Amino acid sequence: MATSSGQVGTPKDAKVGGAKVGSQIGRSLPRLEGRDKVTGRAEYTHTMRLPGMLYAKIFRSTVAHGRIKSIDTSAAKRVPGVYRIITAEDIRTVIPAPYYGPAFHDQPILAVDKVHFVGEPVAVALAADPHVAEEAAQLIVAEYEELPAVFDEVEAAANNTLVHEELKPAGTFADLKHLKGRKGTNVALDFKLRRGDVDKAFAAAAHVFEHTFHTQKVLHLALEPFASIADWNERGVTIYSGSQGPSFVRTEIARLLGWPENRVRIKVPYLGGGFGAKLYIKMEALATALSMIVRRPVKVALTMEEQFYTITRHPSTFVIKTGVDASGRITARKCEVYWNGGAYADVGPRVTQKSGFTASGPYDIDNVWVDSYALYTNLPPAGALRGFGIPQLVWAYESHTDMIARALKLDPLEFRRKNLLREGRPQATGQIVRDAKLDAVLERVAERLNWGKPLARGNGALRRGRGIAVAIKAVISPTTSVANLTIAADGSTTLYCGTVDMGQGSDTAMAQIAGEVLDVPAESVRIVPRDTDVTPYDMGTLGSRSLFHMGHAVRLAAEEAREKIKAMAREVGEPEGSNIPLPDLFKKKFGMQAGNIVGTGTYKPDYVPPDPATGLTDKVTPFWMCAASGAEVEVDTETGHVRITRLITAVDCGRPVNPKIVETQISGAVLMQLGFTMFEKMHIDAGQVTNASLADYKIPAILDVPQAMENETVDSHLSTGPFGAKGVGETATFCVSPAIANAIEDACGVRLTALPLTPEAVFRALRAQANKPLADDA
Amino acid sequence: MTRTISFTLNGEQVAAEIKPHHNLVEVLQREFNLMGARESCGQGMCGCCTVLVNGAAVSGCLYLAAFVDGAEVRTVESLADARTQALSPVQEAFIEAGAFQCGYCTPGFLLMATQLLEAYPDPDEEQIRHYLSGNLCRCAAYPEIIAAVKLAARRRKANSVG
Ligand code: FES
Ligand code: FES
Repeated sequence: MATSSGQVGTPKDAKVGGAKVGSQIGRSLPRLEGRDKVTGRAEYTHTMRLPGMLYAKIFRSTVAHGRIKSIDTSAAKRVPGVYRIITAEDIRTVIPAPYYGPAFHDQPILAVDKVHFVGEPVAVALAADPHVAEEAAQLIVAEYEELPAVFDEVEAAANNTLVHEELKPAGTFADLKHLKGRKGTNVALDFKLRRGDVDKAFAAAAHVFEHTFHTQKVLHLALEPFASIADWNERGVTIYSGSQGPSFVRTEIARLLGWPENRVRIKVPYLGGGFGAKLYIKMEALATALSMIVRRPVKVALTMEEQFYTITRHPSTFVIKTGVDASGRITARKCEVYWNGGAYADVGPRVTQKSGFTASGPYDIDNVWVDSYALYTNLPPAGALRGFGIPQLVWAYESHTDMIARALKLDPLEFRRKNLLREGRPQATGQIVRDAKLDAVLERVAERLNWGKPLARGNGALRRGRGIAVAIKAVISPTTSVANLTIAADGSTTLYCGTVDMGQGSDTAMAQIAGEVLDVPAESVRIVPRDTDVTPYDMGTLGSRSLFHMGHAVRLAAEEAREKIKAMAREVGEPEGSNIPLPDLFKKKFGMQAGNIVGTGTYKPDYVPPDPATGLTDKVTPFWMCAASGAEVEVDTETGHVRITRLITAVDCGRPVNPKIVETQISGAVLMQLGFTMFEKMHIDAGQVTNASLADYKIPAILDVPQAMENETVDSHLSTGPFGAKGVGETATFCVSPAIANAIEDACGVRLTALPLTPEAVFRALRAQANKPLADDA
Repeated sequence: MTRTISFTLNGEQVAAEIKPHHNLVEVLQREFNLMGARESCGQGMCGCCTVLVNGAAVSGCLYLAAFVDGAEVRTVESLADARTQALSPVQEAFIEAGAFQCGYCTPGFLLMATQLLEAYPDPDEEQIRHYLSGNLCRCAAYPEIIAAVKLAARRRKANSVG
């Protein structure tokens, strides 16, 4: 029986009793789409063309906050070959209320009356030749009456300078409804969690520590920049888009057009990376509006530079305060988190709330207070980036935890062990922790680090140290996935599911799950490309939710199909336990190669929304994601340069469906977060991004891969997961930053509280420590 | 102002009408439907647009199409056997080692890895890292790319011996 990787099983293998091919779960099957990707044949939206298509080039705001006084398009219109110049006024002729967004309907397709950040789309030039469109866009001129702007999240919270005059919640989320029409505030959401009595506990504590941490603005920087093509006519619109969430795009475009969803079709070619950027509406609404205006297909494909003005990761300020008793137990933790959401909310309010559930960390603390604020500022919008806010929180709480241990002269590992959230104990929200291998990930990293054994400390200017960090995440809930599966009369299986494979390998994993249930080789299962006309609803490929939610939906669909096969066998008079090949079964039933078996599965986990006053609920997440990282570093105290000599990460992803793909998800996540830790930063001057290009914004290259990077999954089985599995796309990002910062302090005694950990930052801290601060720090 | 250029593309003699400002990537895509070389940074920083011109790797996003007049151009589409469609050892190794996630950067890495192995059939890890240091992969499949190059080197050696 052909089940080894690379060999394609034939439908003839399919039998009523299963082909007995052995388990599909746990196979390190190479990605099913591999051939397309190595031959250059894989099609991405950015390189797609439709006949008669026009190219759109965007003219963007040059001020951070201002009223649009005039837009002069006359020179642009004179460019030979230009088809048309479009402003918000034109957009409103086809979409009267041109505002979109998952949490707030606050983002205009093109700026209406006002601009809210530098880089906001203001007008568009259309032409059949993209060079002509670009030349014309450059000739558009706008005049603004500048308004006061606010860039810092903590300043924004004071509400002295307002980004929006009025808040416009989308109505999708019940807990935002009270914000409708609210004026005089930049706060798009405030999530509160109240457990026990922190004030009393602080008063009684033997020690109280408070620190403030910052994270910088970074971005996803998928190598395929955003691209959408819309082809509209009176009967319907087809949108080709590199989208991680085609179902959401369909719903939102239908709402904007006032159409039923079945007239909106979203087709998703391959994605050249996503990481949370290509969610909700990005270029789809603009492309649709433009196509409606000109009645031709229109492509909006951004440049790398434009990605910096589209969606980013939230900068954050986290004020964290912890009370510890005389025995070293944490008795209280207060977390005040300010999320810099930029000019439009995007999914920021979700990030603020969902990450808020675990802001106090993976510890068993009786008294917890969390205030988590989503703030508007006059910066490019922020959304979800591989962790839904968790990496920012872990950066703060695991640095803080280390600082406490050091201040109390406790071993940082021991201190964590003592306070760690254990199986069966309530997490801060009140949900009892089950199937969360926090202890295992921590212990595995400690063991690999040889924690407790002496470390060669280096000599001269080179100082060596090690650090550790551990984290937990509640997966986004509640969300729904639907899958359909058909079996053809020759026994072959086709799977329809909306999870977007943007490189994480979900198609392969879903085929393995379907194959496991039907007992056919995963390679023989065809996955239909995402197309909302045929693939059913899925909430979105985000937050490491797909393998669990869609995995269950696929399992259910396959189980239903399996039951129907058995029923068909009974119907045609096959004896119980018959192992008749499926083609023969179909022939027996239909008299020829005809008919289908269709299975469908829908999955939505239980969820109880948090009590609005306390944030408490006993059903906040269907599963917990757990990670730990350890780092060994060598700091050159003369230059501030940090060399990472070892980087170790252990994650709990339940039972790996495809161990090889899990491995690549872990190392990819670690390396991405390594960039956010060591050097990536959007430099911003008065709202203007000053390094919006790959020449000036460095991302990890092959030479940045640490010589020793060790990753592992701990032995785990999620009892409620599909075949024991959990999601894993984000998990390995959580702990990288604090593990390295903790190692730097261990090496040379300086503590950095802001990312990134650049040589300059380390050097300045070293000089300050030596009481010789650099002139501009003094 | 258009002009006609002619060149060898993946072994075939071809011609194209171009304008002086057209870069090589857009001409390959528009005139020849070859989508493997693709633009990302547009600045010569990432290698997604890598094309071989007279045997040397160039950034097709910056390389003007006019310059390939009379030249020999090879793209990722030429790596598989034109007749049998069999994948090259490097392509196979990339699949087996899981050396890509989204695949957007993959054509560039494949061409560079192929060149590397032509120049150094038995590269060590340092050579691999150094040779591929100009190509970026945001999915950070770097460890698997290194493993794939090593695997391909072993395969090539075995093939040439056998
Ligand atoms: S697109 Fe040419 S090097 Fe990046
Ligand atoms: S595989 Fe996605 S950028 Fe390299």
